[in-house]
Amino acid sequence: MSKYETIIGLEVHVELKTNSKIFCGCSTNFGAPPNTNVCPICLGHPGVLPVVNHQAVDFAMRAALALNCEINRETKFDRKNYFYPDNPKAYQVSQFDKPIGEHGWIEIEVDGNKKRIGITRIHMEEDAGKLTHTADGSLVDLNRQGTPLVEIVSEPDIRTPEEAYAYLEKLKAIIQYTGVSDCKMEEGSLRCDANISIRPEGQEKFGTKAELKNLNSFAFVQKGLEHEEKRQREVVSAGGEILQETRRYDEASKTTILMRVKEGSDDYRYFPEPDLVSIHIDQEWMDRVKSEIPELPDARQKRYVGEFGLPEYDAKVLTMTKEMADFFEATIHSGADAKQASNWIMGEVSAYLNNEGRELHQTALTAEGLAGMIKLIGDGTISTKIAKTVFKELVENGGDAEKIVKDKGLVQISDEGAIREIVVNILDSNEQSVSDYKDGKEKAVGFLVGQVMKETKGKANPPLVNKLLIEELKKR
Amino acid sequence: MSILDKKISELHQLLHKKELNVSDLVDATFDRIHQVDDQVKAFLTLNEEYSRIKAKQLDERLVSGGDRGLLFGMPIGIKDNIVTKGIRTTCASRILENFEPIYDATVVERLNQADTITIGKLNMDEFAMGSSNENSGFHPTHNPWDLSCVPGGSSGASAAAVSAGEVLFSLGSDTGGSIRQPAAFCGVVGLKPTYGLVSRYGLVAFASSLDQIGPVTRSVEDNAYLLQAIAGNDPMDSTSAKVDIPDYLASFTGDVKGLKIAVPKEYLGAGVEPGVKERVMEALKVLEGLGATWEEVSLPYSRYALATYYLLSSSEASANLSRFDGVRYGLRSDNSDNLIDMYKQSRSEGFGEEVKRRIMLGTFALSSGYYDAYYKKAQKVRTLIKEDFTNVFEKYDVIIGPTTPSASFKCGSMTKDPLTMYMNDILTIPVNLAGVPAISVPCGFSDGLPIGLQIIGKHFDESTIYQVAHAFEQATEHHKEKPKL
Amino acid sequence: MSRISKEEVKHVANLARLAVTEEEAEMLTEQLDKIIGFAEELNELDTDNVEPTTHVLELKNVLREDEVRNSVSVDEAMKNAPAQKDGQFKVPNILE
Repeated sequence: MSKYETIIGLEVHVELKTNSKIFCGCSTNFGAPPNTNVCPICLGHPGVLPVVNHQAVDFAMRAALALNCEINRETKFDRKNYFYPDNPKAYQVSQFDKPIGEHGWIEIEVDGNKKRIGITRIHMEEDAGKLTHTADGSLVDLNRQGTPLVEIVSEPDIRTPEEAYAYLEKLKAIIQYTGVSDCKMEEGSLRCDANISIRPEGQEKFGTKAELKNLNSFAFVQKGLEHEEKRQREVVSAGGEILQETRRYDEASKTTILMRVKEGSDDYRYFPEPDLVSIHIDQEWMDRVKSEIPELPDARQKRYVGEFGLPEYDAKVLTMTKEMADFFEATIHSGADAKQASNWIMGEVSAYLNNEGRELHQTALTAEGLAGMIKLIGDGTISTKIAKTVFKELVENGGDAEKIVKDKGLVQISDEGAIREIVVNILDSNEQSVSDYKDGKEKAVGFLVGQVMKETKGKANPPLVNKLLIEELKKR
Repeated sequence: MSILDKKISELHQLLHKKELNVSDLVDATFDRIHQVDDQVKAFLTLNEEYSRIKAKQLDERLVSGGDRGLLFGMPIGIKDNIVTKGIRTTCASRILENFEPIYDATVVERLNQADTITIGKLNMDEFAMGSSNENSGFHPTHNPWDLSCVPGGSSGASAAAVSAGEVLFSLGSDTGGSIRQPAAFCGVVGLKPTYGLVSRYGLVAFASSLDQIGPVTRSVEDNAYLLQAIAGNDPMDSTSAKVDIPDYLASFTGDVKGLKIAVPKEYLGAGVEPGVKERVMEALKVLEGLGATWEEVSLPYSRYALATYYLLSSSEASANLSRFDGVRYGLRSDNSDNLIDMYKQSRSEGFGEEVKRRIMLGTFALSSGYYDAYYKKAQKVRTLIKEDFTNVFEKYDVIIGPTTPSASFKCGSMTKDPLTMYMNDILTIPVNLAGVPAISVPCGFSDGLPIGLQIIGKHFDESTIYQVAHAFEQATEHHKEKPKL
Repeated sequence: MSRISKEEVKHVANLARLAVTEEEAEMLTEQLDKIIGFAEELNELDTDNVEPTTHVLELKNVLREDEVRNSVSVDEAMKNAPAQKDGQFKVPNILE
């Protein structure tokens, strides 16, 4: 059986975080009652005209620059014609031959291997409305109609579903860093379609591609692509032919399901939007937008290694989202040790967020709180074990670590006399363990330490307990 | 003389002297409409109750001495492709038969600020596609000079209503001649402003890159008044120019001494009827007598204008008219149980034949494999046509020729072959493609039907057009002729 | 030679979401063929070095500030709706 190579290209739609829509003054707020953020313009009433939102162009340009795109100095809008109830004018104002950005790239890393994925183009367009399908018809809500979008089209450079996942993670990170979008898949502010085909290894020509839709999370993109890759290989191996299809990923059956077979290519009859004039981007405008781009994940990653001496791995994980990276830096600025902060954020903090399915801003944890706690560990006020109790309090109810420790009486016992007294009592009541120790069974020490910690409710300073135990044992 | 025959400036004097009030004017207007509109059939919707209420309000202001807008108390008719909040706006199409706009067009807002009274909405060729008003989805409008003849189109009723004295003035729209051709056919004054001078916001789009709203009036002076009220940048229209609006009335000097007129030989060539040529030559003599000079020039690419226009306007229209899909407003067919059928049935039942034909042509010209050969080619030829005008305007102040190749024609005589009908616009279309302004003013008659003189100006030079048109009007008696109704 | 076939006319009608009967398709084929034939006179012109005109005015960068303006009420939005339910436009089921 000949070997096959998988070719994947991704189309990602990202909603831009402007206050008002791209061509009218309606609010872009998510979650308003149906058809309340609408006006004659986004309803597509007869006679209305669009006027471009300046901020939308700035945001699109910022995203394009962050994705290493060349900016088209003369950019314009075009009409893309198709009938659908969520597309009120029956044309979508989009960009055809002069998108705002072209020829970009981002770098991904899979299993320690770095790879550049090309970005063909990034263009501006208006979002469509929302359809709800019911038994006796579909309902149309046009609140979302006209929300500014950028569509980011990758080159067919992706070879595995893992790379697709890594590409999306990286793309999302970069866009979030630029601040132009929340990239929330659950609210639809980031959406992804995937094109996948296979070809015999060594062949130049691309195979017929299938388009995957309805991919509601990055994990589904990966799973959908994995299934589709397998399906296409099976079809070809069985001597079958891949058809140009649109398929959707079905989470329940973990398979892709045929939506429709495409006949020829769609005929969108693009032509220049006569209701809008062209946009000329001069150096000054571009420079200003460039200056608004904050430090991006790759640069931060490098800095964390250089400035804070973090391992590459830590730096990569911490910079995956801007929220996490900002939190990490704020923790350090509040006085925490960088490596300790990194350990806590990647450990307890991430575990908590994963378990609870929350994001950082949805917890009570503050950078000052976490830094305070790390300092208390550092100066021996609390043990790592006690810290976990303090952390739980910080993440759930917030507050100041020092105050929590005081209020809950969690201060570590480092008073040698007090601990020695407890040690002596424990030895007295555990003669068997003492004689085991005398017989050379070192393990007995661990048991005895545990007994002391139990007695002190974990507050005894562990190295001190160890030291005093050995001293007292030797006396016997 | 009826008060309806007076000019705005005269009416304002009467109002000022309290010899007339607005309600009298509105009453006289509706009396005239009820008297003649059965024959002319210019109006699709009358706004009678509201008009009388507004007239009373304005009369109170007249008494109290409150602010008066530029067109205070003047009744106006508005072409039915300009949206009016709460007043049915149909574009003379069955697909919008019961459509009530939820906003006012910018020009309507400006007219309201100028204190006009919207008397009603005027018939037209459906979606402004046509040259005879016979393409109205409801009923044709008739030419007041000869009721068996067409008033022209697409703003046929805008011209007919003014000509018949039903309204003082009206707004029309001009994509390929739709103000000037009916103004010529009905013996009134119609201006297509420079593209971008008047906001298109609220004008139901036919061909976005060509459409302009303009005034239709009985006198050049009134025309300037109306333009003054509606011209100027609109932030709601991205294609609206940011230019200073001059005082148009200041150009009414009556003097054209030293004015250089270009007369394109293509505008007096074969296909232009002798009666039309004669009137134009007479007009040129009048202007010569007033101190202007004229020379023959050439607009060599104008012969390609018609084909260019039909490709571009139909392409834009095919997209502009897609929104009439029966989802949010307008006609929805009952004969469908799935979405695609709903679209097809609603649009096929709602649109008339000419509209469908142009949507088909435009869809074809934009479709995959044909875009470069048709749409893009036409955009390039448009550049050449535009340059024709630029070249002539380097040496001349205005271009003058006939508005149409012939006078009005009999209803039903040209409906069979679309191409023959399209020839009506051959002299007006190049102006829209170039985006320059042009006016049609009455210059006499041929076999008892009015002929229009077309005066074309440079971009945003409406003042010079008005200067020439006004001087010509003052030197002739044509504008004093009225249809016998 | 005809410039547009009846099949093409039907395809274009479908793109434009217009229902055409056989007779209409035939009539349209004939009329469009004539109009397209007329339009083909443009091919006499060499336009290789001519820029296309989309706008006659040289306007650029007409932009508005990102400010939220009042939306219309649901009632106004729904005022002309042929069919509606719970403040949303209602359309027949979508057959793929």
